[in-house]
This record gives sequence, structure tokens and C-alpha cells, in this order.
Amino acid sequence: MARVIFRWTVLSVMGVFFLLPLVAMVEFSTRDAKTWPLLLDWPRLSAEYPALAEGIVASLLQAALTSLLMLVLLVPTAVWVRLRLPRLRRLVEFLCLLPLTIPAIVLVVGLAPVYAWVNYFLGGSSLTLVFAYTVLVLPYAYRAIDAGLSAIDVKTLAEAARGLGAGWFTVIVRVVLPNIRSAVLSAAFLTVALVLGEFTIASLLHRTNLQVSIEYLGKSSAGVSVAVSLAALLLAFVLLLVLSLAGNSKKGKTS
Amino acid sequence: MAEIAADAPQRVASRPRLRGTALLGTVPFFAFVTIFLVIPTLTVVIGAFTGDGGRGFTLANVRALTDDYIIDAFGRSIALSASSALIGAVLGALLAYALVTGRPDGLLRRLVTAAAGVLAQFGGVTLAFAFLATIGLSGFVTLWLQEHGLDPYANGVWLFELPGLTLVYTYFQIPLMVIVFLPALDGIRPQWREAHVSLGGNTWQYWTRVAGPLLAPAFLGSTLLLFANAFSAYATAAALVSQGSPIVPLQIRGALTSEVVLGQANLGKAMALGMVVVVAVVMALYSLLQKRTAKWLG
Repeated sequence: MARVIFRWTVLSVMGVFFLLPLVAMVEFSTRDAKTWPLLLDWPRLSAEYPALAEGIVASLLQAALTSLLMLVLLVPTAVWVRLRLPRLRRLVEFLCLLPLTIPAIVLVVGLAPVYAWVNYFLGGSSLTLVFAYTVLVLPYAYRAIDAGLSAIDVKTLAEAARGLGAGWFTVIVRVVLPNIRSAVLSAAFLTVALVLGEFTIASLLHRTNLQVSIEYLGKSSAGVSVAVSLAALLLAFVLLLVLSLAGNSKKGKTS
Repeated sequence: MAEIAADAPQRVASRPRLRGTALLGTVPFFAFVTIFLVIPTLTVVIGAFTGDGGRGFTLANVRALTDDYIIDAFGRSIALSASSALIGAVLGALLAYALVTGRPDGLLRRLVTAAAGVLAQFGGVTLAFAFLATIGLSGFVTLWLQEHGLDPYANGVWLFELPGLTLVYTYFQIPLMVIVFLPALDGIRPQWREAHVSLGGNTWQYWTRVAGPLLAPAFLGSTLLLFANAFSAYATAAALVSQGSPIVPLQIRGALTSEVVLGQANLGKAMALGMVVVVAVVMALYSLLQKRTAKWLG
């Protein structure tokens, strides 16, 4: 009995602590009745808050491009290292997990000179942040993809396909990729969620994205900025919740 | 036929080179990682020991780390990380324990762990704004309290200082603790408690002599992970604190954006190196404890 009381006390106190800020965001952003309708009206939003619109577009493009670059870099490399260069696996793993121990703010310090060159060659578009973001998501994406590859017999699959005359490109795109679909999907989901929430690098390299524009907006119109925060949060919530529920139900299979 | 015969010796000869061509497949990955991860890391390390003209080896930057204001910033960063890690660890462990006393595959547990997975990632500007909407000067809770005659800010606005940052950080520390500590709690078998009780032990003895020592390495390890997590965080603090630079990441922001004091860039690199050292030490201890935990978790 004492255990049941303890349990429900802890759960309800924590529940209040975690729900209160979300409830407060709803209350805060509905103080002005015009805030939410404005968010749903894209032409008016981009006319009234051009910086915000620019940030939203930039973040969506960054998320899509980072997912793409991450997949193009990681999947072939992970497969290739597994099949042909098993000795390099340790090194690849180390490099992929390295960003976990380097705080983003430290990475910015080191990236600043590299980005001086990127600016020189590619211009100062906010889309060039995709390179830095790919580094940021490496640990999470690598773990997801590596777990996916461990769950299937890559070697046999690849040998069978090669034996039937497939080239390496075909092996990776048409044989391996479909078999690790859920791992690739979860890597992409994580990437999107992380990129949508990224602020440090964009703000310190003077680029724009969703979070930078929200922060900027916070100085002039608090209501709208809280509403956008809530919307962005709910989007990330849905993405990650779908991911973790899907991951849970199939735990026995993949890990 | 002749072609194949001519080919054969070449193929044998090229076997050592096969490894070389296999390496070609990893070139894009290594090139990318070199440019955007290895070079930036080296830039920080080398820059920390480089003089202001960009030339020459110097210890001046590292020595500047002992300046009072930088020592203070590191001290406050460590205090903030330690307090939010401890609070997060204790409350997170309680929540995790509340979960394991329930059904292991129940809906509640699945919902809470899924929510914890999401909330542990929740940080940055959005989190700062969530708390501004809650206990900011015109926040939901602040207004409600003031209506009832209580002013949380009667003794000054602490939300933008260390106590406020600790509170906000707790919001992502507790869920992280639940995620990393839950496996250790699951490793404690109910049979051990039954054995303990059947040998005449009571609850207090069970926690201090059996479960406590078993869980200690996992608990300490998780706390260290939380510490590193808070120590590395930047965006939440940056969005919340616009004036002054109480903690190291904000000091680095100052060094990076400062246009008044030239030559601050390498001081920024020295502070960044300091951060890396702290995080590296903490993570090394973490993996050490992780190994001890893994021994009995099996």
C-alpha cells in the first residue's frame, strides 16, 4: 500500500512539473486571440514576420538536406567497412561518436575558421550549416544505422547480390537499404528533430534557422514567439514519440 | 581466351592494391569528417596554444584561464551542472523507481519512457521560452501566485541567474536520468529481496546493504552523464540570459562575438579546450562506472 501511495505521489508531482510549462505556453500564446490564426496563415505570417518565415523555410530545408547528406555519407561507409575493411570499424565508430564529447559551443569555435572557407567557396547561405549539422547528428545516426546493420546478415546478402551480378551501388541501394528501412527511418527522424531544435551553431555563425528566428522574435513579440515554440515543440514531440513507440514495440527484433 | 590469360597475372599482382581500392570507398566519409570534425577540434586545441598574431606557441591563453572572471565562470558552470545533475539524478531515480514498481510492459511505463525520450532532447530556445511563459515576469504561474498575494520575485528576479538556470535545466535532466538509470533498476531481481527478507532482513538493511551498493555505480555514472549534459548545454542559457556571462559557454559567446577586444579569439579557444578537458574527464569516469555496472547487469 505504501508503495502504491509513493508511486502515485511521485508520478503526479512529476506530471505537474512537466506539464505546467506546456500548459503555460498554451495560456501565454492564447492571450492574444489573433496569434494562432496568424500562424496558420502562411502569406500573412511571411508578410508580418519575414524573419520568422525565412527561419522556418531554412530549418525545413536544413533538416531535409542534413538527413540526405547523413544517409549518403553513413550508409555506404558503414556497409563498406563491415564488408571490406573490418579493421577500420573501430576508427569509424570512434569518429562518429566523437561529437558526443565535444560540446556544440566548442565545435563552433573550431568551425568558425572552416566556415570562413565554406563562405569563400559556397557563399554565406544558411544551407551550408548542413555540414555542421551532419557532424552533430553523427553519433545518433551512426548508432541507429549500425544497430540496423547488425540485425541483418549484410555479408551474405551482399555476396548473393554480387554473385548475381549486381554492382556495389545496386547492392547498397536495392539490397541493403530496403533491409534496414526502419533503422534509416529512425536515423532520419532523429536528424530532423535535432536540426529543428538547433540554435548554438546557427546563432554563433550568424546564420538563420527556426530557433534563431524564434529567439529574435522573442525580443519584439513574445506571444508569437511562444506560439511558434509550442508548434515546433509539438512537431518534434510527434516525430520522436512515433519513433520511440515504434522502437519499443519492435525492441526484440532490432536490438 | 588470350585476354583472360593476359589478365590473370595482373590480377594476382594487383591483389595488394585491392586494399587500396577498397579504401577508396571510405574517402568521402573520411574527407568529410576530417574537414568538419577533426580540423575544428585541432583548431581549438592548437589555437589554445597560439599567440594573438596567429603565430608562435604560447601558454598565455591557457594561463589567462586563471583570470578571476574566467575561474568564476568555470566555478559557476560546474556549480550549475553539479546541482542540476544531483537534483535531476535524485528525482529521476525516484521516478524510475516508481516506474519499475509497476507492470514492466504496462501502458504507463511505455508512455513515461517514451515521453522521457522526447523531453531529454528538449532544450534550447524553446525550453527557455516555455519557462518564460511559466514563471517569467508575466508568466502563467507568476501571475497566478501574485493574484494570491505571493510574489516569487520579491527578492529579485532569480530566473535569469543560477537558481533559475538550475530549475530550467532540471526539466531535461530528470527525463535523461530516467532513460539511463532504468536499465540498472531493471537489473535488480525481486528474488534478491525475497532472499534478503527470508534471511530475516528488513527494508532499511535491504536498501543500505543490498540494493544500495549494487545501484551505486550506476547512479554515480548516470549523475556524471547528467553533469556533462548540463556542462555542454548552451542554447537554453543563451536564450534566457541576455545580459552578462555567468557560465563558460556564455563567456565563449562573448569572446567569439566581441569586436571591442581584439585577440580574444584564442582566449575563446583556451576556454573551449578547458570545457573539452572537463567533459572528457567526466565521460572517462562515466565509462569506467558503466563497465562496473555492466558486470552484474549482465
